[in-house]
Amino acid sequence: MAAKFLAAAAAPNPLIPHWPELIIGAVAFLIVFALLAKVLMPRISKTLAERTDQIEGGLKRAEDAQTEANKVLEQYRAQLADARHEAARLREQAKEEAAQIVAQGRADGVAERQRIIDSANAQIEADRQQALTTLRAEVGSLAVELASRIVGESLADEARQSRMVDRFLTELDEEAASGVPAR
Amino acid sequence: MTADVLALAASHCLNPEISAHLKSGCGYPAPSYPGSFTYGPLFQIGSFTFNKPMLLAAICAVVVVGFFWAAFAKPKIVPRGAQNLGEMGILFVRDEILRPMMGKRGDGFLPFLVALFFFIWVMNVMEIIPAAQFPGMSEIAFPAALMLMVYGTYTYLGIRHQGLGGYFRNMIPSGVPAGILVILAPVEILQYIIVRPFTLMVRLFANMFAGHILILVFTLATWYLISAGIGLLWSATSFVLTVVLTAFELLIQALQAYIFTILTAQYIGGSLEAGH
Repeated sequence: MAAKFLAAAAAPNPLIPHWPELIIGAVAFLIVFALLAKVLMPRISKTLAERTDQIEGGLKRAEDAQTEANKVLEQYRAQLADARHEAARLREQAKEEAAQIVAQGRADGVAERQRIIDSANAQIEADRQQALTTLRAEVGSLAVELASRIVGESLADEARQSRMVDRFLTELDEEAASGVPAR
Repeated sequence: MTADVLALAASHCLNPEISAHLKSGCGYPAPSYPGSFTYGPLFQIGSFTFNKPMLLAAICAVVVVGFFWAAFAKPKIVPRGAQNLGEMGILFVRDEILRPMMGKRGDGFLPFLVALFFFIWVMNVMEIIPAAQFPGMSEIAFPAALMLMVYGTYTYLGIRHQGLGGYFRNMIPSGVPAGILVILAPVEILQYIIVRPFTLMVRLFANMFAGHILILVFTLATWYLISAGIGLLWSATSFVLTVVLTAFELLIQALQAYIFTILTAQYIGGSLEAGH
C-alpha cells in the first residue's frame, strides 16, 4: 500500500487536501454552525420549551379543573344526601304528627260523645224525675177526682159504673188530644 | 457531466463530442482522478483560484442556513410549514444521534451536530443535483476541514474534562495484564490520535468519491454506447443502472452524513466522561 502511494507520488493524490478548498470548506461550515448555534437553535429551543410549558400547563389546568369538578360533585352529592335525609326526617315527623293529631281528635271525639251522652242521660234522668213528680201529683189528683166522682154518683148499678169509668177515660183521652200531657 | 467528459476526452481525441462515443474509436472515456474531480477556476484573485467545489460549499452553506432561517427565524408555538420540517430535522439529530451517544448532558452540542449533519448531507446531495452533479465531500479538503474541527473538539474536551494525563491514561483499557498492555497501549493511543480522525475523514471522502465514479461510469457509458442499432439495448441498460445508482447514492449520502455525525457524537461523548 505504501509502495503504491510512493509510486503514485508523481500523480496527484486524492488524499492530499487543497488548502484553499479546506479553508473555504471550514469557513462555510463555521458560518452554518455559528448561525445555528448563536441565532437559530436558541430560538427554536425557546419555542420548544414554551410549547412544552404550554402543553404541560394545559394538562395541569385540565387536571385542576377535573379535581375541582370532582370536589363540587362530591359536595353536591353530600348536599343531596343531606336533603334526602332531611326530607325523610320531615316526612316521618309529619306522619307522627298526623297520627298524633288523629289520635288526639279521636280522643277528643270520644270524650265529647261521652260528655254529650252523659249530659243527655242527666237531662233524661232529670226529665224523668220531673215527670215522675208531676205524674205522681196528677195521678193523686186524678184518683181523688175519680174517687169523688164515683162516690158522688150513685153506685147503684153496674152499668152506670161502667159508663162513668168509660166517660172518665174518654175525658182523659180528650185531654191528651188537646195537648195536655196524658200522664 | 459534460465537463468531465471534456476533460477526459481532450487528451486522446480533440473533439470530445465525437470522441466520447463508441464510433469515434477513441476508446471508453473512463472516469478517473484527477480528471473527473478537477475543475478549472471559475475566477482568480491573485494566486487564489475559486473553483466549482468551493462554489458548491458556499451554496450548501447558504442552502442550510437559508432553510433553517426559514424554519426557525420566527418560531411559532404551533409550527407551520418549514418549521415543522426543521423541527423534525433537529429532533432527529437530537433523539437518534445525540441522546443515544451522549445522553442529556450532550445537549449543548446539538447545534454542532445539526450543522455537521445537514452541511455534510447537503454537500453530498449535490452529487445528484443537476448542474452541480458533484459531491462536495468527494473533495478530501472538505471532510478534512470537518475532521480537524471534530478532532480538535474531542481532544480539547477530553483534556479539559479528564486532565492531560487522565485523557491519555483513560485511552488505555484498565484491567489488562502488563504483557498485553505493552502491545495494547500504543494501539489504543494510536486509535485516538490517528486512526479515529483519519477514518472519520476517509470514510466520508471515499464513499462519495466512489459514488461519483460509479454514477459517472454508467452515465458516460449510456452516451458512449448509444446507437440506432442493437447497441441501444446496452445504452438503455446503462441508463437504468444510472437511475438505480442515483437512488442508491441518495441513500448513501444521508447514511454517510449520519455516520459522520454519530461518530462525532460518540467521540465527544467519550471525551466528556472519564474512563473508557
